[in-house]
Amino acid sequence: MSLRLGVPRWVIAVAALGAAFVVLPLVAMALRVDWAHFLPLIASPSAVDALLLSLRTSLLATLGCLVLGVPMAVVLARVPFAGQRVVRAIVLLPLVLPPVVGGLALLALYGRRGLLDGALNVAFSTPAVVIAQTFVALPFLVLSLEGALRSAGERYEAVAATLGARPSTVLFRVTLPLVLPAVVSGAILSFARALGEFGATLTFAGSLQGVTRTLPLEIYLQRETDPDAAVALSLVLVAVAIAVVAVAHGAGEGLRPWRARRPA
Amino acid sequence: MARPAARMSLRLEAAADARDVAVSLTLEHGETLAVLGPNGAGKSTVLGMLAGLVRPDRGRATLGGDVLFDLPGRWQPPHLRGVALLAQDALLFPHLSVRANVAFGPRASGAPRAEAAERADEWMRRTATADFAHRRPAELSGGQAQRVAIARALAAEPRLLLLDEPLSALDVAVAAEVRGMLAGVLAGRTTVLVTHDALDAYLLADRVAVMHDGRVVEEGPTRRVLERPRHPFTAELSGLTLVRGVRTPGGMRTDDGMLLSGHAAEPVAPGAPVLAAVRPSAVRLAATATGAPDAATPDAATPDAATATASSIAATVTALEPQADLVRVRTDRLDALVPPADVADLRLRVSSPVTLTVPPTAVTVYP
Repeated sequence: MSLRLGVPRWVIAVAALGAAFVVLPLVAMALRVDWAHFLPLIASPSAVDALLLSLRTSLLATLGCLVLGVPMAVVLARVPFAGQRVVRAIVLLPLVLPPVVGGLALLALYGRRGLLDGALNVAFSTPAVVIAQTFVALPFLVLSLEGALRSAGERYEAVAATLGARPSTVLFRVTLPLVLPAVVSGAILSFARALGEFGATLTFAGSLQGVTRTLPLEIYLQRETDPDAAVALSLVLVAVAIAVVAVAHGAGEGLRPWRARRPA
Repeated sequence: MARPAARMSLRLEAAADARDVAVSLTLEHGETLAVLGPNGAGKSTVLGMLAGLVRPDRGRATLGGDVLFDLPGRWQPPHLRGVALLAQDALLFPHLSVRANVAFGPRASGAPRAEAAERADEWMRRTATADFAHRRPAELSGGQAQRVAIARALAAEPRLLLLDEPLSALDVAVAAEVRGMLAGVLAGRTTVLVTHDALDAYLLADRVAVMHDGRVVEEGPTRRVLERPRHPFTAELSGLTLVRGVRTPGGMRTDDGMLLSGHAAEPVAPGAPVLAAVRPSAVRLAATATGAPDAATPDAATPDAATATASSIAATVTALEPQADLVRVRTDRLDALVPPADVADLRLRVSSPVTLTVPPTAVTVYP
């Protein structure tokens, strides 16, 4: 271990307070769960529908983020162009925008009386859920991948080009493999964001059971009628989120066999 | 030029204004050209232009019948040039095994898997890297990694090989070993080698070009350029002291009045302007008695004696620089390379008056 410099004790105290601030509400919720009826509560048809819809749409949204986000990150990190800062700021806008506003914007484009004049009539359908989730989750992937590409540098890519590799070959055989951990962790973060999406989905896709009512919408709805069910479903969402974060954290390390193995 | 275009001969004439580099180089098929010069002279920029990684503002480069660039206008991207670049760091792809690294070039240019593997094996054999074919680059030593990088560059079967200080990141013993291997694989291969080490040029290059401040200041066959430098920077690189003057029967008289005995590399008429390269390791050094300074020996003690007589010159120390196990004593006249013990015994320091004794064998006079 390296030498550990002293951190002021008050910093540690405040940090512990911060941790409690995050953990205590979750603990409180776990304590309120009606464990005797836990399984029936989360196994109701509407709850199962919502969970399956959430998983399905979040996976599709993650795929959408990868397909659109990887090229966006590559362009932002590798292609110098005028107005790059502005473009990056706009791309990252969904991070800071209230999701409801995002939903309204999507409606304004794709909606029946939207800019596309209903040509792509997806509002209030399952594809609308995927679009809303992709919209809010995309910046997570772009942001983490762009940073990784910048810090990886272009030296390996230059070598690959002088060895005769076409730009596409360089991208698939050198650039992306080198930032694979960032691609995976960015995708997992996007998945988590998509899974938790609420505001944009409700505004743009509505809340139809089995079609657009994802788990967060179901939880919000159940809270009105059956608070016990809402708490139980929340716990399911927390469990899924924890699993995702754990995988994302592990992925960063595990995908670097060439760094982990040291020379004998 | 009347000479017909050789098969893979290289012609480069280009300028990159932002880096203040403007160069003109030619290289025949199968020759190795060493580009020598201090840091920041623009050597790597020249390689970048040839590899297609640095875009000059204007100029033209051809390799055989191919136009690498003709700016403004034509620009061939790096992957179509058949020009492989090997840098100071091996830069092996960390996610690929040694074998996959070496097979990268053949695979990238579309060779089938089996043929690429065959070519990789052949080059790993020739660079003695076959033993660690299945290791990851992180598991290799610096010398091993550089040998793999050489194998990888050659497996791509480049028409032109560029080496950017390939040995400077290695320790001395390993560098010697890799240099020996390079000498073998470079034979008959059109190569541009950038280095700041004259030894690399002597052992690996047919021709050298010396760069300074973005310009080629001197160019020609390795030995002629390094042993008979025409430019102070070249002399500095090969460890010689360069002086200018006119031919005398026994040697030369420098512009600042020193009389040096020495051998002429070729006949030169007395009175004609000449250069002389002085080997500092052969220059002897003695402390000048402080009581009687230069008066007794104004400039030279042996005016026009026979060529066999050593010249003796009064000088003042201007700098002391450690150089391997010796000390380079720079003076206002000539440099001397002496053991540290001598520096201590003579209590040498900057501005000490000294007497330099220059045997005729230390001096080569040339037009």
